[in-house]
Amino acid sequence: MSEQIESLRRELADWLTPRLAGQFGQLRHRGGPGDEDALGAERKEWEQELARGGWSCVGWPTEHGGRGLTIAEQVAFHEEYARLGGPGRMGHIGEGLIGPTLIAFGTPEQQQRFLPGIVAGTEFWCQGYSEPNAGSDLANVQTRAVQDPATGHWRVHGQKVWTSLAHESDWIFVLARCEPGSQGHKGLIFLLMKLDQPGVEIRPIRQLTGTSEFNEVFFDGAIAEAGHVVGAPGDGWKIAMALLGFERGVSTLGQQMHFAHELELLVDTARQNGAAKIPAIRARLAEAALGLKVLRANALRMMAGADDGQLHREALSYKYAWSNWHRELGQLAADVLGPDGDVIDGELNRLQQVYLFSRSDTIYAGTNEIQLNLIAERALGLPREPRPNANPKG
Amino acid sequence: MNLELNQDRQMIRGAAEDFLSAYSDSAKVRAAHAAGGIDAEAWRRIAGELGWCGIAIAEEHGGLGLGLFELALLQEQAGRFLLAAPLFATACLAAPLLAEAGTDAARQHWLPALAAGELTATVALSARGLDPFAVGDGMYAGRDGDDYLLTGRCRHVPHALGADLVIVAARFSANVESTALFALPADAATLTPLATLDQGRPVAELRLNGVRLPAEARLDDGDAAAIVRGLSRAAIALAAEQLGLALQCLDLTVAYVLERQQFGRPIGSFQAVKHRLAETMVKVEAARSAVYGAAAEADAGISDDELLLAAASAKTVADAAARFAAQEAIQLHGGVGFTWEYDPHLYFKRAQAFSHWLGSADAWRERVAAKLLEDAA
Repeated sequence: MSEQIESLRRELADWLTPRLAGQFGQLRHRGGPGDEDALGAERKEWEQELARGGWSCVGWPTEHGGRGLTIAEQVAFHEEYARLGGPGRMGHIGEGLIGPTLIAFGTPEQQQRFLPGIVAGTEFWCQGYSEPNAGSDLANVQTRAVQDPATGHWRVHGQKVWTSLAHESDWIFVLARCEPGSQGHKGLIFLLMKLDQPGVEIRPIRQLTGTSEFNEVFFDGAIAEAGHVVGAPGDGWKIAMALLGFERGVSTLGQQMHFAHELELLVDTARQNGAAKIPAIRARLAEAALGLKVLRANALRMMAGADDGQLHREALSYKYAWSNWHRELGQLAADVLGPDGDVIDGELNRLQQVYLFSRSDTIYAGTNEIQLNLIAERALGLPREPRPNANPKG
Repeated sequence: MNLELNQDRQMIRGAAEDFLSAYSDSAKVRAAHAAGGIDAEAWRRIAGELGWCGIAIAEEHGGLGLGLFELALLQEQAGRFLLAAPLFATACLAAPLLAEAGTDAARQHWLPALAAGELTATVALSARGLDPFAVGDGMYAGRDGDDYLLTGRCRHVPHALGADLVIVAARFSANVESTALFALPADAATLTPLATLDQGRPVAELRLNGVRLPAEARLDDGDAAAIVRGLSRAAIALAAEQLGLALQCLDLTVAYVLERQQFGRPIGSFQAVKHRLAETMVKVEAARSAVYGAAAEADAGISDDELLLAAASAKTVADAAARFAAQEAIQLHGGVGFTWEYDPHLYFKRAQAFSHWLGSADAWRERVAAKLLEDAA
């Protein structure tokens, strides 16, 4: 078993190393968290290169064009990929989220239409969940979908927000309300929509980083084809939640390799600029290194206990743990940089990116406050917050 | 590394929980505090029929040959139930130190008796207490022919009164590299029990004034790195006990806030309270990841540097979790949390005491920083 994993690691390294030293050298360690708007066109080419090497969708079953790797092998793949400086994946939302959802819930026609483009790195996806009034309260979706009785197509009106990389994407999956007057989890539909069509407008959001990974997406009568509903109309919430469950943390160790790379940069910087002589900085650097080690053990616990279908405490606490660790690392980066951290030399350097972008880690995918509610209610059994719009079984 | 709680491990944990919930409840713990910090009945069973002392000792020395992971599972339960017995001193401190740093003769002489639960043992580490970074400090070993002459003092020797074997760390010079370990016969030790806040882990001060020991009393063969390895393992086992303390503080407090009503509702329904407990759980889970991860790595066989990092992560993170959880237990119990009658203060005091045993978080972090930054402060 471990021999198989070692040979997978070697095979990946043999494939990756020359490419990241040569033709794709400028992509090494780029495009990761906080750097996602970097080198978009080049990273799309990279996705196609990955596909040619058979390194896209490695966790998918072979009949859908994947490599059929086990969980342990996928973990090793993501870890090795990130350790060697593999660029942030433009195809992540297709490969990690909508692809597995279509494999589980899509019609054969949907699978044949959409999966090959994801595997080949030629069609890119983004996620249309959040709205201006549906953030933490995601079920408060207001975007409307109305079916045209003549064609069966759905016409969509409304607005999505915080849509990562919409401006680089070809398709969006949208959670919309298809039963007028319905509330909360009920009456929702899960639609697949082409972005390049009349009635879709994408506006970048300028973030506090000065860059724009996130967008607003406006729908004004844009169409989702009749055959592009996943599940039945009204099943949207079930599909949307199932999608969020697909990742299973296999890319977590890859994310931790990015963190390890950031920590290395930080340690080098501290040694060079003298910050490493300050006892409190030394203690914080050590604490960061030890904290990352603990995140790794946490992720390995999640893998070891992943198969019994229960929500374990280590899984429920993990988002809060890594995002706050990373935000602390960002603060430490700013403190190590000192006054130079305020000086922009052309574009933000990697540590400035970590400092600024890590502010979003404790907000997206469930804010700190929502995470603490979830932990208190689901893991500790404390009484639930009042949720007037929600299905009480939630 | 194997982090899976397989059936064997679940059985070990479950058996320990069953035993301690019956034999180390609050009333028994408080009775043990009044009796010098040992629940003699619980300890007789733990060392005897339950065989906990031998769980991590190699089979060739009469133990079960399981790992630090399994020992950590026992320690976690010992922490939860505030065990007042020398399990830590005997099985988690003295035994791994002997196993790592002892000569073949020393291991063959002492480990089988420790594994069988026939002996209680402890370690006198340094003048500053159980400080792995000052091991041997304050105790000096002189030579007289083949004999050794030991002079000096050690503070905070855990469960020293009544121990059958006291291992003393001493130096031949001021250099920590010259540290040696000696077996001190029980009657040669001058021990002064110290009054402590935590009454379930009694400590004593050891003073020696030219005590003569024969050459056979020397336990180690001069490998300082082996002593550090033994103490790193002990630190991981102690962190496991801190993990149990933290977990029990969380569980006690969750039960209390669900029961306690104010403003016509359980106080556990207020978000201010829920969030404190959720944060506590995040720290407890971090401690569990750190301790299990460190124990599994130690069992898998890692370099000395990696073992130091593993111990540092377990000790610093578990100390923080235990101290935070105990603080929150007192806070969220409100007024009764400040009473002698309720249990939170017992956990609070032990978590604080343990956080200074086997290296404070500050000391471990500086050790890690020096490795990370490849310098010495």
